[in-house]
Amino acid sequence: MRIELQRRPAASGVFSLVSPLLALVLTLIFGAIMFRLLGKDPGHALYSFFVEPLLEVWSLHELAIKAGPLILIAVGLSVCYRSNNWNIGAEGQFTIGAITGSILPILVPQWHSVLVLPLMLVMGAAGGALFAGIPALLKTRFNTNEILVSLMLVYIAQLFLDWLVRGPWRDPKGFNFPQSISFAPEAVLPPLLDSGRAHASILFALLAAVLVWFMMRFMLKGFEVTVLGRSERAGRFAGFSARRMVWFSMMLSGAFAGLAGISEVSGSIGHLQPSISPGYGFTAIIVAFLGRLNPLGAIASGFVLALTYLGGEAAQLSIGVSDKVTRVFQGLLLFFVLSCDTLILYRVRIIFGSGRAREAKS
Amino acid sequence: MKKLIIALAATAAALCSTVPGAQAADKTKVCFVYVGTKTDGGWTQAHDLGRQELQKALGDKIETPYLESVPEGPDAERAIERMARSGCAVVFATSFGFMDATVKVAQKFPNVKFEHATGYKAAPNLATYNSRFYEGRYILGQIAAKMSKKGVAGYIASFPIPEVVMGINAFELGAKSVNPNFKLKVVWANTWFDPGKEADAAKALIDQGVDILTQHTDTTAPMQVAAERGIYAFGQASDMIAAGPKTQLTAIVDTWGAYYIKRTKALLDGTWKSEQIWDGLKDGILTMAPYTNMPDDVKAMAEETEAKIKSGELHPFTGPINKQDGTPWLKAGEKADDGTLLGMNFYVEGVDDKLPK
Repeated sequence: MRIELQRRPAASGVFSLVSPLLALVLTLIFGAIMFRLLGKDPGHALYSFFVEPLLEVWSLHELAIKAGPLILIAVGLSVCYRSNNWNIGAEGQFTIGAITGSILPILVPQWHSVLVLPLMLVMGAAGGALFAGIPALLKTRFNTNEILVSLMLVYIAQLFLDWLVRGPWRDPKGFNFPQSISFAPEAVLPPLLDSGRAHASILFALLAAVLVWFMMRFMLKGFEVTVLGRSERAGRFAGFSARRMVWFSMMLSGAFAGLAGISEVSGSIGHLQPSISPGYGFTAIIVAFLGRLNPLGAIASGFVLALTYLGGEAAQLSIGVSDKVTRVFQGLLLFFVLSCDTLILYRVRIIFGSGRAREAKS
Repeated sequence: MKKLIIALAATAAALCSTVPGAQAADKTKVCFVYVGTKTDGGWTQAHDLGRQELQKALGDKIETPYLESVPEGPDAERAIERMARSGCAVVFATSFGFMDATVKVAQKFPNVKFEHATGYKAAPNLATYNSRFYEGRYILGQIAAKMSKKGVAGYIASFPIPEVVMGINAFELGAKSVNPNFKLKVVWANTWFDPGKEADAAKALIDQGVDILTQHTDTTAPMQVAAERGIYAFGQASDMIAAGPKTQLTAIVDTWGAYYIKRTKALLDGTWKSEQIWDGLKDGILTMAPYTNMPDDVKAMAEETEAKIKSGELHPFTGPINKQDGTPWLKAGEKADDGTLLGMNFYVEGVDDKLPK
């Protein structure tokens, strides 16, 4: 007996709908088995992992804080990946966006104006876009591989931030701790509601997702992205420029990552420090793919991944499992989603004895 | 396919059939936030041992939930707030970098008590507690000067905050009391907890010719590197003898248990007050691991110094002491006061490093 994957003549409509649910069910089952093995009650554990964080208002705020940057970056990346450009360096663009956006509150803290915050956001987005322009420039000019270049630039960005907050931008009154001065109130993204900490970053994310979805669905630019992504040659016949698309997609995703960076620093942290992201730029790659490179899908998957972070913390506290369980859960989820997606294009055939004979003949 | 789905659903139902167990009734929650994992072999493990001692001592009245690997920054604020909301009566935040987050959450929850380790910001419901690690480091310095053949030790430091600078100076002063020409090289790992970076720093120092290592970071990685390269090293925060049975000379061991028990009892009695505690060797919040891998005369010297510090006869920061550039800091017999120590922002003479400015 053996198991074979057979390519379906067309993508299965049923499975495109069922596959994410199946993946979720499988994750829950294997998660439950894992909790059982750890000696915890699986029902209680899954409840505290996936339900508890959704029951309280403050926790929903925290969910929004985590999901905001993930969604915002993933939306940009989904356009980029659709156009067959592989920007892996969103983490770096996030960091540079945070730095360029922080120029005003750190270097001219005495300038108090309502213009500070909007300017910060614009400068953050511009910084991220320009930084993503480097791999775009190198790709269009010298045909370099944008995957490698954008990835390596992440480390450059992080070390640059490290140098800044230890050196020229360090708070002189900060007991030598490597961080910048705290932003003045007018440079801080205010909380949306009184009930928690959530700030505008989640609104930017949702707005970006809807706008990009609209662009991809109804505008010529979206069509251009899809055509060039599927076949550069076909795109050229239609008069689209692959070079311009490299610039467009890289800078768009860079701008979103940069905006996420400055929003995070301004809204959640309030100053610059050596580490400003728990890997949002990389996790967003997962978010983009879980959302099937659809901007609206990124909203859903962004919230799911944010939930696993919070759930891990809640489960640690209420049932005392290790924080590593979170990672295992994220891994399980990703694994099952990707493997279940196979079912959309392939059919599983279990072949008994006769199959071998047929193989021998051919 | 359908059968598969039914089978899966059945398994799920079977696994989840047990009803969530009844919660422990009405025990006071004493909560802990850790920056590393509780088995890091160093800083966080020492806090977790304290927690376990506390659980053992007062287990019938309290429970002690904890969160591990909480990054300093916005995540810390959420973690601490989660604890406050989950019904914790007191939250011990056990890393310097949790300071601002703890202050913010303490403002929001005036009825919850907070205790922040090694910080300097207090409030009516926020106490701070710290240990005079420098007393132990002075002893380490003395041992290092006796044991080093080259007269150069390496120091793996975390962040250039006063706490760490004070430790470096205490080590150098101890060493100079034995060998006035003793030199100290410093590498800034810029992390509390990162085995990879700490090991790299250890290798870099050994390549620069130091033959004794000491650290102000949380893991046993430097001890392991020292063991591989065949030089001596000192443990930090926890007894690290398991990581280097032939390598560790001694360790400064944080023994928080007694403090946690004392404060929790006060909480249960209703006598908890916000205090700023800075205890040392004599109070038992800091202890020296057994003096091993050294000749008897060195051991005797170390024990004598330990006894003198405990009795108050010896204060590591007693003049004459010059600053790194040779300008005088303390006159002969003059002792540094706590305020100066807690804000220390300069090296003493003999430290071979430029303080990151």
